[in-house]
Amino acid sequence: MDFLSYLINGLGLGSVYAIIALGYTMVYGIAKMLNFAHGDVIMIGAYVAFFAISDMGLPLLPAILLSVAVCTVLGVLIERLAYKPLRSASALSVLITAIGVSYFLQNAAQLLWSSSTKVFPSVIANGGISSGGLTVSWLTLITIGVCILVMICLSLFINRTKTGRAMRACSEDKGASTLMGINVNRMISITFAIGSGLAAIASVLLCAAYPSVYPTLGAMPGIKAFTAAVFGGIGSIPGAFLGGLLLGVIEIFAKAYISTQLSDAIVFAVLILVLLIKPTGLLGKRIREKV
Amino acid sequence: MLKITDLKVSYGMIEAIKGISFEVNDGEIVTLIGANGAGKTTTMHAISGLLKPRAGSIELDGQELTKLAPHKIVSMGLAQVPEGRRVFAQQTVEENLTLGAYTRKDKPGIAADMEEVFALFPRLKERRRQMAGTLSGGEQQMLAMGRALMAKPSILLMDEPSMGLSPLLVSEIFHIIEEINSKGTTILLVEQNAKRALAIADRAYVLETGLITLAGTGEELANDERVKKAYLGG
Repeated sequence: MDFLSYLINGLGLGSVYAIIALGYTMVYGIAKMLNFAHGDVIMIGAYVAFFAISDMGLPLLPAILLSVAVCTVLGVLIERLAYKPLRSASALSVLITAIGVSYFLQNAAQLLWSSSTKVFPSVIANGGISSGGLTVSWLTLITIGVCILVMICLSLFINRTKTGRAMRACSEDKGASTLMGINVNRMISITFAIGSGLAAIASVLLCAAYPSVYPTLGAMPGIKAFTAAVFGGIGSIPGAFLGGLLLGVIEIFAKAYISTQLSDAIVFAVLILVLLIKPTGLLGKRIREKV
Repeated sequence: MLKITDLKVSYGMIEAIKGISFEVNDGEIVTLIGANGAGKTTTMHAISGLLKPRAGSIELDGQELTKLAPHKIVSMGLAQVPEGRRVFAQQTVEENLTLGAYTRKDKPGIAADMEEVFALFPRLKERRRQMAGTLSGGEQQMLAMGRALMAKPSILLMDEPSMGLSPLLVSEIFHIIEEINSKGTTILLVEQNAKRALAIADRAYVLETGLITLAGTGEELANDERVKKAYLGG
């Protein structure tokens, strides 16, 4: 029974990683860059949700919507101001800029809201569903449910809509996409908007599970979700889901059966192993093309 | 219809196009021939807005294109079949064609044009649900042409459509180019296969290291001694 409960908790944690990993993988797919400020967008999302609930007294749903709105705008602004001017610069310059944006956001948060930890209010009722000795909390169920919902909506958007098709076209060949009349810059903005909006949703789920809000809150989940994206095959949307879920499950199993202290090391060791065997990640693209 | 005046394009310090002028009139097939590195593809990219020219003007029906954002040029009625086809390998044939009509909003018109493309290239219809990356080279070329036609262009730019194809397929492609033109689409064709290009062209220009060195009707250039020697193998 323990095994099953660890598995479900792992899927819950993995769902949060998966939602964050989407932001990394979609941005990488289209803009071919690693947005290391993505984790700090989560942190901003957490602060916005915290102030919305604690100070403004908003109920949970409007608070989430506000957080999503702020993060979406923030994501688009970061791209416009920091990354767009570097569109034709080397990948290294963009990477360093992303790290710079990350530090900027962390320090701005510290300046604005101090470095002391704020306690996120409890937003989801305790308890859950029990059957035969197995208890699954509401929070875990909701988190997994949100992850599934996000996956379905995003797949429909990417595969069935005109904008989704155009985004896939941009990730394959920007020049050819321009020749189709696609505004590539707009597609990149939309990608940042979606990734950052999802980061806000992830931030609330994360804070509901670990209720402390502080300026470097996004760093660890950010790096874990980045690992998940690479694990699943960066650039691949199903890969981000698979990588996120697997990473969550491995982390919880490692904590439960091996060592709490070593769990992170074990997670990263698994990543290294996977990449040694399959350098493109689990679902990384290697499409055979005839010429 | 398309008027290029004193166009100059540079890559950093290197001037690839050193001031060329030419025009394409309504209903014509005009070809630019020249060796590798003469600047043919650079010219095509400048017209479609993928490269910003350093100087000069590109006018389509009197409208200046060099000031427009590149994605706006398609909706002005100018589409391009790029060199190397550049189909979206990870999307189906049908999705590629739909992307070609990205700037259009008239759903019934798009559906009708898709049927027309399938009539022109029956093999694409057979493979409509297949990933474009799994098509043969000839089929990808047909898809690239069909995709550009989906924009319903008044002028179609084609960059090396015969590259890497078997002689039989080359004949088929050139036949289709004539067919597209006979239905009213003006064509600017860039080719290394000068013989075939001159045979179907109303007018032609020879591009040599960034400058136009000869101009005339397709027939005149096909019979020109210099062209014969340099581009027609004797």
